Amino acid sequence: MKARSKRLILVGTGVVLFGAAVALVLSAFQQNLVFFHTPTEVVEGKAPLGKTFRIGGMVEEGSIRRDADGITVRFAITDTAKVIPVSYQGSLPDLFKEGKGAVVQGSLGPDGLFRASEVLAKHDENYMPPEAAHAVAEAHKAAATLKQ
Amino acid sequence: MIPELGHFALVLAFVIALVQAVVPLLGAHRNRLALMAVGRPAALGQFLFTGFSFACLTWAFVANDFSVEYVAMHSNTATPLIYRITAVWGSHEGSLLLWALTLSLWTVAVAVFSRNLPEAFVARVLGTLGWIAVGFLAFMLVTSNPFTRLIPGAAEGRDLNPLLQDPGMIIHPPLLYMGYVGFSVAFAFAIAALLTGRLDAAWARWSRPWTTAAWVFLTAGIALGSGWAYYELGWGGWWFWDPVENASFMPWLLGTALIHSLAVTEKRGAFRSWTVLLAIGAFSLSLLGTFLVRSGVLTSVHAFATDPRRGLFILAFLVAVIGVSLLLYAWRAPKLAGGGSFAFVSRDTALLGNNVLLSVVSASVLLGTLYPLFLDALGLGKLSVGPPYFEAVFVPLMTPVVVLMMFGPFLRWKGDELMPALRRVAPAFVASILIGLGIALAVGHVTWRTVLGLALAAWVVLASLQLLAARLKERAGASATSRLATIPAAWWGMWLAHLGVGVFIIGVTMVGSLENNLDVKMKEGERVEFSGYTLLFRGVRDAPGPNFAAARANLELFRGEVDLGTLQPEKRIYLAQQMPMTEAALDVGLFRDVYVSLGEQLEDGSWIVSLHYKPFISWIWAGCVLMALGGILAAADRRYRRLAERRLPAAAVQAA
Repeated sequence: MKARSKRLILVGTGVVLFGAAVALVLSAFQQNLVFFHTPTEVVEGKAPLGKTFRIGGMVEEGSIRRDADGITVRFAITDTAKVIPVSYQGSLPDLFKEGKGAVVQGSLGPDGLFRASEVLAKHDENYMPPEAAHAVAEAHKAAATLKQ
Repeated sequence: MIPELGHFALVLAFVIALVQAVVPLLGAHRNRLALMAVGRPAALGQFLFTGFSFACLTWAFVANDFSVEYVAMHSNTATPLIYRITAVWGSHEGSLLLWALTLSLWTVAVAVFSRNLPEAFVARVLGTLGWIAVGFLAFMLVTSNPFTRLIPGAAEGRDLNPLLQDPGMIIHPPLLYMGYVGFSVAFAFAIAALLTGRLDAAWARWSRPWTTAAWVFLTAGIALGSGWAYYELGWGGWWFWDPVENASFMPWLLGTALIHSLAVTEKRGAFRSWTVLLAIGAFSLSLLGTFLVRSGVLTSVHAFATDPRRGLFILAFLVAVIGVSLLLYAWRAPKLAGGGSFAFVSRDTALLGNNVLLSVVSASVLLGTLYPLFLDALGLGKLSVGPPYFEAVFVPLMTPVVVLMMFGPFLRWKGDELMPALRRVAPAFVASILIGLGIALAVGHVTWRTVLGLALAAWVVLASLQLLAARLKERAGASATSRLATIPAAWWGMWLAHLGVGVFIIGVTMVGSLENNLDVKMKEGERVEFSGYTLLFRGVRDAPGPNFAAARANLELFRGEVDLGTLQPEKRIYLAQQMPMTEAALDVGLFRDVYVSLGEQLEDGSWIVSLHYKPFISWIWAGCVLMALGGILAAADRRYRRLAERRLPAAAVQAA
């Protein structure tokens, strides 16, 4: 084989493999995006049923309840306008408290209950998860628009 | 007074850095030795003043000077002394000071250990490092002064974030920064080579030990951080694909590509412009990492402060560094002569493949880390990219990297025959697939991931042994000890680091396949069976600490009838900010960890206890330790020092 055709094969193989790698990355990327919705959007039906997504907001005062098994916990996430009931199994993060910001990841059942697989709370006393702050801000904005 | 001295020293360090950035480069350009000679003393001066400044901040913490805002925000009279010292780098301002100190340390090291390099080259390297120092010191002085006074001073400080009050905090950030910042040396060497217009094997040889040293620090730093997250965060994970972790992992991936590409440039003169590009890329990702972690753009443990000015400054700095170096690259690189040619089947090709794959992985991590930030910044919606994406990408792309890693060393440089090479590796390859299947069957967990992981690990081990045997056969006739002695340290380094990858894969595969978690409600005197172990809950007692109050549980761990001791997980409340913290307890073993953390107390007095069974998790860190040891051996190879000795007499003659 001539040096030139050899190089062609080398470059060609490289391009094909590189293309395959990029295709793999992009398809994995598409499949694994987790979208974020505010409680208001969820109530309005903008969130997909049965798909994983995130909700951010405040943990509603007085909403945390443990089931008899001690492991399942129920609470509600609110953006001050709408409230979404959530259930979760396991221990909660240290900084998960009523009246404080939290983000939950999971999926919405047909019964309107959000089954969380992950609960994220803020990392210190001064800090609110940006998604939770965003949800509350959106709700306030919507309320202000309604009043006008 | 002392904080003001620290601030003043920082200003002086900035001025000296400016001199170091301008004068030696000018000297190199005009070929004036006197100007070039300014570089070394300037580097030393910058280090001394930055070091003095760092000492002043440390003193403010030790002496509980709460009239300094940074101290008041991150320390407390009740904080133990060691955590008052580590609180220096507990947040944004102080960690930048640590960054600057680390940079000046590397700069002094270059100034001291580069006596055998041409003066003009050293001047350009020190000048480039000087510009980086100018950027960081200016950043600190303008936006993030750690010495800002609080008027009136606070009576008591707010204490360090409890997550950071851990031995991991003492060593993890300095190691990580040594790694991050260490790539600035590789970067400066690349820029100096571009400025000289001479990118040859000699440049690669000079650059190699520095790059490898930085890589060792980064490897150790990431591994330590991962271990710390594992026992401190309380849910037993060791890697979360958190943006902050990704920030340190991207430079590691590109740095790994860089040390391999440098090997080709040194041995074969090939891949020159690619190597330069990787050096620029690895350092840019280090800067990006600093930006991501320290500007507060991320939802993360590490980002406490949010100040858009800071982000803007680092972003501008980042654009300047990447822009200028790429411009320089575009201007100079086309003039470089191509390297030696090589055949399709050759070690060169294997290393090229490894480089391309590592770069693609790095880019895919970058995509997953930055895409949510971009969308958010543009107001196009909020989303997150979770671990499933990274895992879906990482496994298929890294598998060929490992295959190439074990196949490549069996190939000759420049060109080799395919069939004999395949015949060399085939037996080990087939055996490892059988071993992978066999172990997966034996542990009763046959999924393609488990089989793939175990087979890859088995192949790494077998091929490493085979490689060693082949190496020892090279000098037939010599005694076994002399044969071992003639193998250079660099080769052992490569061998050990590659073996470390195998050990690492065993750990990851076994934890991923066989780990087990259980959340249970327990009352005093209750037992629970878990993964072949029995845990007896002996109740919870109060255990006061220096700056926290704790509820400490006692759980006795049994394997059958054998008592393995008591595990004492804690639930702590740090008093200064009333912040709760979970402190897990571990029974660490060579083949498994049993990991217990305490959840909340329920109304009926029972507690929620999280149990984790983590088989082979220690092997993950052991693999990283082997990789780092390999790097140390490679960087310490006598070859690099012999070169220095040979050059020295010649330089002496010239001087005379």
